[in-house]
Amino acid sequence: MEAVLSILVGLFFTAGIYLMLSKAIVRILLGVVVFGNAVNLLIFTAGRIMREVPPVMSLDMTQLTGDTANPLPQALILTAIVISFSFFSFLLVLTFRTYQEVGTDDTVKLRVAEPEGKILPPMGY
Amino acid sequence: MNQGTEAALLIALGFPFVGALLAPLVMLRFPRGGPWLLALAPTFAFITFAAQIGTVSSGNALVGGLPWIPSLDVGLSWYIDGLALAFALLVSGIGILIVLYAGGYLKGHPHHSRFMSFLLLFMGAMQGLVVADGFLTLFVFWELTSITSFLLIGFDHQREASRRAALQALVVTGMGGLALLAGLVTIGMATTTDTLSGLLANPDVLRSSALYVPALILILLAAFTKSAQFPFHFWLPNAMEAPTPVSAYLHSATMVKAGVYLLMRLNPVMGDTVLWETILPLFGGATLLVGSVLALRQSDLKLMLAYTTIGSLGLLVMLTGFGTETAVLGAVLYLIAHALFKGTLFMVVGILDHETGTRRIEDLRGLRSAMPLTFVAALGAGLSMAGIPLFTGFLAKETIYEALLAGGDAWSLLVLIVIILGNAAMAAVGLAVGLTPFTGSLRPTPQAPHEGPVLLWLGPVTLATFGLALALLSSAFYGAFADPMASAVAGLAVENHASPFPHVSLAFGLSLLTLAIGVAFYLGLQGMRRSIGGVLTAFGWGPDRGFDQVMRGLVTLSVRVTGVVQSGRLDVYITVAFVVVAAALWMPMLLTGELPVLPSIPQLLLHEWAVLLVAVVGLYAVVRTRNRLTAIVSLGIQGFAVALLFLLMGAPDLSFTQFMVETLSVVILALVMTRIRLEPTDHRPWNEKLLDGSIAILCGLGFGLLLLKVTQGTFDAALSAFFSANARIIAHGRNVVNVIIVDFRGFDTLGEIAVVTITGLAILAIIRIGTPQAKQEDRT
Repeated sequence: MEAVLSILVGLFFTAGIYLMLSKAIVRILLGVVVFGNAVNLLIFTAGRIMREVPPVMSLDMTQLTGDTANPLPQALILTAIVISFSFFSFLLVLTFRTYQEVGTDDTVKLRVAEPEGKILPPMGY
Repeated sequence: MNQGTEAALLIALGFPFVGALLAPLVMLRFPRGGPWLLALAPTFAFITFAAQIGTVSSGNALVGGLPWIPSLDVGLSWYIDGLALAFALLVSGIGILIVLYAGGYLKGHPHHSRFMSFLLLFMGAMQGLVVADGFLTLFVFWELTSITSFLLIGFDHQREASRRAALQALVVTGMGGLALLAGLVTIGMATTTDTLSGLLANPDVLRSSALYVPALILILLAAFTKSAQFPFHFWLPNAMEAPTPVSAYLHSATMVKAGVYLLMRLNPVMGDTVLWETILPLFGGATLLVGSVLALRQSDLKLMLAYTTIGSLGLLVMLTGFGTETAVLGAVLYLIAHALFKGTLFMVVGILDHETGTRRIEDLRGLRSAMPLTFVAALGAGLSMAGIPLFTGFLAKETIYEALLAGGDAWSLLVLIVIILGNAAMAAVGLAVGLTPFTGSLRPTPQAPHEGPVLLWLGPVTLATFGLALALLSSAFYGAFADPMASAVAGLAVENHASPFPHVSLAFGLSLLTLAIGVAFYLGLQGMRRSIGGVLTAFGWGPDRGFDQVMRGLVTLSVRVTGVVQSGRLDVYITVAFVVVAAALWMPMLLTGELPVLPSIPQLLLHEWAVLLVAVVGLYAVVRTRNRLTAIVSLGIQGFAVALLFLLMGAPDLSFTQFMVETLSVVILALVMTRIRLEPTDHRPWNEKLLDGSIAILCGLGFGLLLLKVTQGTFDAALSAFFSANARIIAHGRNVVNVIIVDFRGFDTLGEIAVVTITGLAILAIIRIGTPQAKQEDRT
């Protein structure tokens, strides 16, 4: 099971990185989402896989015993999903506003912060 | 050493720093008495050091300190022998007078208190430098003197010339500081000691080490930059942009001697080799000649003194490297005499500048009756500089000539001729500064000349008196001060013999000859000034202009490098980042040969295969579709597939969150996309596809293989077992994942909530501020 998921994680990374290498910001955004999923699955798989038994106790248990899914990666990923969603929203809005101001989502044309051509600083002391 | 002495020394070393901290307050509260109060710091240090003369002059050294990181043997440590004590007394003693002098010189200046603060800071650094034992202590204080020197030279920061001079001094001496660090590390490697006392205890280890030559080169670089040796001499005259108290203190009496101090300190362990005895006299001699010639050319009194300081430093380096005990004696006497007369003369020039408004030698004549005290001080120092009998300068010159006459070979003769010429030029300058402004008939100056206040004349008069008194009481001076210092430099006990009174000998004859040439120079000063100036103008280029060219080159180079490294293109940055990621993933696996074992086809249930297939199809669609909206929808497919996977693998909480987030993402993305009127497709050329694809596949494969390798290893479930065992007992919850989030890692979750909140606020801000709608609302 872990072997199959490892291959799937590899595919997620490949797709995410390929999208992030694009010059269109919208594609990069899609890539960030896929990349996030890839990382989550990576953590999940590295914590080992156990089918269909969630780490939840029945009413009469005081300790979680027997074969259940590993709770620790789940807790980490839960946090990660929420955080990556909030950042995704932020980046999306940033992209939108950039488009409103500049009229493009092509990263090659976005040169406001780092203008093209060499600009020499003042040469005095 | 008893504890009282150790505590007193610690206070003496720390007091100037405390004084620097309090200086603004003190000067604000006591505008008149402030300088006197601040002078307590150097006074305390001076008394403390003077109390050690008895111990040190009987041949003992004081060792002590304050541990900082004992496990690394790092801390503040001092080693006070004759050399360190003599320097410490000079630094603190002249420090007292300079603090008072600065109190009068900059009176009424808006940043007077800041200046006093810097000055005390430098004093503390210089004291620490000369008594330092540990290499680290030495290096830290060495750098601190460079930094405080930068602050003091650039004190008048609104003038570009000041800023340039400050930066130049910092660059040159900072480079030397780096060389010193490397040199000390090299010495440490060669001798396995990290203290000067340890080094001096085994003097022959370093000389016979294979690392001697690199260590020597680095140490010389440090000393030559600090002590303004040719070809690094150019920063010192520029440093005269600083207010005159700084020039008198840092750039003649103390800081520039730090390089000489280093050479003298290491003479017992690095000297006595052919390299040492060739390089030092060579560079010192060149410096002496360059400094003397350029001094004669100046008409600004301060610059004349600055260039003779370069010459004097060259002379000291020359004598330190000459190698005989008598030469060391001469160097030590000259160093002390120089500190006294040059400090005096700088302060005298400061008074002239302050009270008449000019320091051009052509404009100043006949001031003897208007400024009698200044005249007395100037005359005393000038005569000492010229080497007239009865003054310390004479003792130094006698001893130097004796040392060189004892050599008797061609090399000694060459050194002797260079020194006679240099001394003659310096005698001429000494007379020019000490006599010319005060003799003849009064000339009109920008301000009506009058004697300066007590704060101003106290320093030069005291120093000039010492220059005479130490010579007249020469036997006491030798026993308490000069002999222990020279013994520390020579590495064995030596004694001075020179007498302040004229007597018949070859050395005295040379003194007379020097004086005669000096007087000739003095009388022909105007003509020489013109001719030297003409030669220099014809030559054009000098290291000072070279500095500008180097700095300009540095800026241009850094602009070019930045242009390459930071191209300003996001795609380049991301490409570089992922190439590095791929390398980081592959290198360890390939280098150690730890690739995972290839897995066999696993037994999966049909619906599990189906979910995996959906995920792959979703991914393929996101990557392949040209149309943006289709890509967004496909993004939802892979996201839901992940959610299903979580559901199947016993993670219902993750699954629900993922469903919600993916749904929201797709909806928001689609909403925003419909508002953006971009072309529906975007195109990536085939060559970019190939490059990006290769990088992506390399990274993806790397992550996959790494994960495979990880899952094939053993699993440490200790943390999970802890949470599983304690979730109900400690935290009273049955859903272990939830318990971890809200209880065990509750603060993490608080942080997460904060991040989400801040992101939400940022989004709101970005949408509200500066959008076309908001701008319209503002207008109406």
